[in-house]
Amino acid sequence: MPGSTPRSGIDLRAPQTAREVENARIAERLAEAERIKGRSLWQDAGRRFIRNRAATGALVVLALVVLFTLVGPFFAQWSNEEIDWARMGDIAVQGQPSLETGHYFGLDPIGRDLYARTIQATRTSLIVGVIGAFVAVVIGTLYGATSGFVGGWIDNVMMRTVDILVSIPYMFIIILLMVMFERSFLMLFVGIGIISWLDMSRIVRGQTLSLRHREFVEAAHAAGVGWFKMVLRHIVPNLLGVVVVFATLLVPQMILLESFISFLGLGVQEPNTSLGRLISEGASTITYGTIWQLAFPLFFFLVVIISLFFVGDGLRDALDPKDR
Amino acid sequence: MTSYIIRRLLVAIPTLILLVVICYLLMFSAPGGPFTSERPLPPQVMANIEAQYGLDQPMWKQIWDYLVGIVTRFDFGPSFAYRDRDVNDIIQQGFPVTLTYGSIAFVLATVVGVALGVMAAIRHNTVLDYIAVGATFSAQALPNFVMAPILVIVFTWQLGWLPGGGWAGGQWQYVILPVVALATSYMASIARIARSSMLETLNANFIRTARAKGLPERTVIWRHAMKPAMMPVVSYLGPTFVAMITGSVVIDLYFSTGGIGQLYVLSALNRDYSVMLGITILYGALTILFNLVADVLYAWLDPKIRY
Amino acid sequence: MQHGRTLIAALLAGTVAAGPLWAQATHPETGETLAEDQTFVYRALDESPSIDPQKVEDVDGSKIVRNLFEGLLNTDAEGEVVPGVATEWEASDDRKTWTFTLREDAAWSNGEPVTAEDFVYAWQRAADPATASEYAWYIQLMKIVNAAEIIAGEMEPTELGVRAVDDRTLEVSLTEGVPYFDQMVTHATTFPAPRAVIEEHGDEWTRPGNMVSNGAYVLTEYVPGERLEMEKNPEYWDAENVIIERVVRLVINDENQALTRWMADEVDWTLIPAGQFPRLKEEHPDAATSVPELCSYYYWINLSESGPEALKDARVRKALSLALDRNVIVENIMAGGQPPAYTFTPEATAGYSPPEVEAETMTQAERDEMAKQLMQEAGYGPDNPPPPFELIYNTSEAHQKIAIAASQMWKQKLGVETTLANQEWTTYLTARGNQEFDLARAAWCGDYNEASTFVELLTTPSEYNDGKYSNPEIDALFEEAATSDDPEQQYQEMERLAAEDTALIPIYWYTNAFMLDPAIKGWPYENVSQDWYAKDLYRVAQ
Repeated sequence: MPGSTPRSGIDLRAPQTAREVENARIAERLAEAERIKGRSLWQDAGRRFIRNRAATGALVVLALVVLFTLVGPFFAQWSNEEIDWARMGDIAVQGQPSLETGHYFGLDPIGRDLYARTIQATRTSLIVGVIGAFVAVVIGTLYGATSGFVGGWIDNVMMRTVDILVSIPYMFIIILLMVMFERSFLMLFVGIGIISWLDMSRIVRGQTLSLRHREFVEAAHAAGVGWFKMVLRHIVPNLLGVVVVFATLLVPQMILLESFISFLGLGVQEPNTSLGRLISEGASTITYGTIWQLAFPLFFFLVVIISLFFVGDGLRDALDPKDR
Repeated sequence: MTSYIIRRLLVAIPTLILLVVICYLLMFSAPGGPFTSERPLPPQVMANIEAQYGLDQPMWKQIWDYLVGIVTRFDFGPSFAYRDRDVNDIIQQGFPVTLTYGSIAFVLATVVGVALGVMAAIRHNTVLDYIAVGATFSAQALPNFVMAPILVIVFTWQLGWLPGGGWAGGQWQYVILPVVALATSYMASIARIARSSMLETLNANFIRTARAKGLPERTVIWRHAMKPAMMPVVSYLGPTFVAMITGSVVIDLYFSTGGIGQLYVLSALNRDYSVMLGITILYGALTILFNLVADVLYAWLDPKIRY
Repeated sequence: MQHGRTLIAALLAGTVAAGPLWAQATHPETGETLAEDQTFVYRALDESPSIDPQKVEDVDGSKIVRNLFEGLLNTDAEGEVVPGVATEWEASDDRKTWTFTLREDAAWSNGEPVTAEDFVYAWQRAADPATASEYAWYIQLMKIVNAAEIIAGEMEPTELGVRAVDDRTLEVSLTEGVPYFDQMVTHATTFPAPRAVIEEHGDEWTRPGNMVSNGAYVLTEYVPGERLEMEKNPEYWDAENVIIERVVRLVINDENQALTRWMADEVDWTLIPAGQFPRLKEEHPDAATSVPELCSYYYWINLSESGPEALKDARVRKALSLALDRNVIVENIMAGGQPPAYTFTPEATAGYSPPEVEAETMTQAERDEMAKQLMQEAGYGPDNPPPPFELIYNTSEAHQKIAIAASQMWKQKLGVETTLANQEWTTYLTARGNQEFDLARAAWCGDYNEASTFVELLTTPSEYNDGKYSNPEIDALFEEAATSDDPEQQYQEMERLAAEDTALIPIYWYTNAFMLDPAIKGWPYENVSQDWYAKDLYRVAQ
């Protein structure tokens, strides 16, 4: 097969021999086939995803979690910031989860309702995790695919830039963002966004390096497809499997990164909170007889990331272009 | 290939210099300095200290002196926060610690992770797959700041088997808990990447061809599928290796290992500029080096790759 | 084999116990049976910037220096000054000249005698700009002649007003009378330094093997960020009465982790995390202790130009202070036996008792009532609240809890909204120092056990006055106190004025709540600075 694809560099508009004309026609057809595949890819993937029971199940669970963060507050008897003054003195005993007191998930270390706080935290962390991973996917994939596909000195410059960005002390960037701008949700995403895509771009570039020499890519290239279109149409769809799986690994990382950014002062501010913060709070009081402070937030964290994993795996299977 | 490697190593030099300059710009724009304290120093005392550390010089002069010091004497300057020590000293003490527990954890995470991932992929949608996936979930679900206290509560306080912290020059009892706490979540990530990549490879045309030829499954996997399936794993392992051997803040702080992982946070909080620069350069150099290693490995895994 | 050895050990113990040799195993004064392993392990929060006596700048570092070195004077279990290297000391009538007589048998760990010259060198070294010590200010605070000029680089360090009359006599000249100067020389900055060793090794003289010290212990192992070990110094003049053989400092950054390791018997001493004291006291009544500490926890109010208009109204400030239920904070959040504070200077300060202020005598309900009324008078109400205040604090669980409680109290009682903003330490300090806040969490610990170290913060010229509070009456009283025979009166009046005007919002006075292995005896519980000397401790057999 490799022999039948023309090498790049041949001027297709001026075929010299019948053989070359034939080759060019094959190349065009291959490119065309790619394009058709591109269009039906999504429908195909959708159908295959729905057939995957674990993935659809996980998607339903995820939807339930989202629903819970939206509907849950209507059942809360306390807001996420009110302190239960009467019970704050003895949380290990009076702050236990209970239907009677209205604190379904118990009290946090200072006497606030953990039910309301967990809901608000889950909502925050879901947004943070998903948007962080989304930024990583978009920027990281495009950047990495471009770098790997274009190659040469551009690849070298692009990847050394990533090396520098990975190495510069991240904390200073966060501190500077905090000093220069008002703290806000938007700045939190900027803080997360600037770091989240770096590893993704490296993985994508590595995959692209080997894709670059596949027949269909060389064929499309020979057919004169521009590099940007190449990356978008031919490279990226073939990377989606790895990208999706890596993105699901990024979600828990982003959720935990948020708690570090908040520690520095940028990001979610009290009385609002996030799963990362609740978990780390709960982990620090693990021996003090208030295990629910770790258990509930950790449970939601777990449910979210496990469902995301299954969804990711389902997507990977569905998007695998060879799997048909 | 050799000329490619040499070229890459040469590019590392301007890259690191650029890194130093960016760091200086960042550090000097951050609020406060190394000698900011709750009890502000009398201006004269502050001036004396700043003069001692050359902080009264213009920034370009500081950067120049710093670079000259490194090139001519391999001297990364004195620490601003630890008054009797210099950066070389601090890194010499702390790096072997993180290098030890980091590389053990790396080997453990890679071997177990790849094994779990590959096994899960080969036995896709069987009980084995579910067990492997389940194991990676539970490992991933416990962030190391949850894992660390649990390990200490169980193995130090309740069972009394292992010390709850310290390093003691790297005696094995002291190494176990940091290694376990560090390895687990990386292991889970490696397993997941290996699994998905192997699944993808096993569906590829050339594997189908190999199978169609009637080759035994073992040969198909080891001879044909393994190498291409490892591409994304290698991409992930490059930066991961660097991150692991330079340690983790959580591990260092929880287990009081004295490693350099904690310095990423402490030196930034203390505005210990020279230590911050020292570990940044170390991290940058290792990053560049191991990404090069990863690139060389790519070429080995996929002979078609040319740079 | 194992059995054999135990048997022999038991036999030996039996025979020796009867003989005079075993007398060492009981405490010479109390007669308690001592443990065989005389090791004391304590926890530090993080690595100290330095263990050089002249450069040491943190509490944990001072603990190390205090055991490795010995200054002119020590403090005893009650915090009173007792002889150290100096056996006698006297002040001139104007308290401007102090003379210390050094003991003859004081020696460095290399066998050299400790002389007055070693102190002269150390003090000059602390002031010398070339040393670049942050604690140069301490020499200035001691009011030693020419200290300020030397720090400014206008004079040679040798011009410092301290001289060795002979090997055993040290004479200090001060620019003004300092009645508590003897207290001041128990501070690590004033400890002697071995000139020959420092000149030989430079900055590396503090490494084990290089370091020569004159205290009860010598440095044997130092792995920064992990552990530090000291062993008994046989050259120490009182070595025969030193019972603890080995002192180990472990760095454990996380306080909860430290507590777990205390439970696992890996550490003898550690601080108790906020809120955990009552439970631990119940579970370990003989180990959990809380003692007063010379520190005050409070909120600065930004009264400078950058501060909010509403807070310039004393009624609003007072309302905020009144509505802050301190009992909830000390009992339910901190729970370490902290006394609620309505004035600034801690009640544990020597020679000072806080004046009685109105707020203290009221019930919380009355305070709340008054607070609402004051807000109304100031033109604010639940429907017409002042714009939200920003409260900054450095990232820490305890500060965060207090800030949350405060903001909830103000919101529920007065309708005042507060924006909470945690910041990392240096950013927070910079913001506070530049008045970039409305309200800011702060704490102040006494440099020495005397009220002036606190009340000075209320004066206009104080560089530590981050709220920029200014009251000429208070400034005048502070001047007056400097020359007064009984300054307590002025201090109390200053505090009363500050409380009336709500210069700042005092919240509580610190306590030191810690877990100490009950086998360790000799702890200076009554010493408000909690300056312990391992040489005074011992471990009993259990």
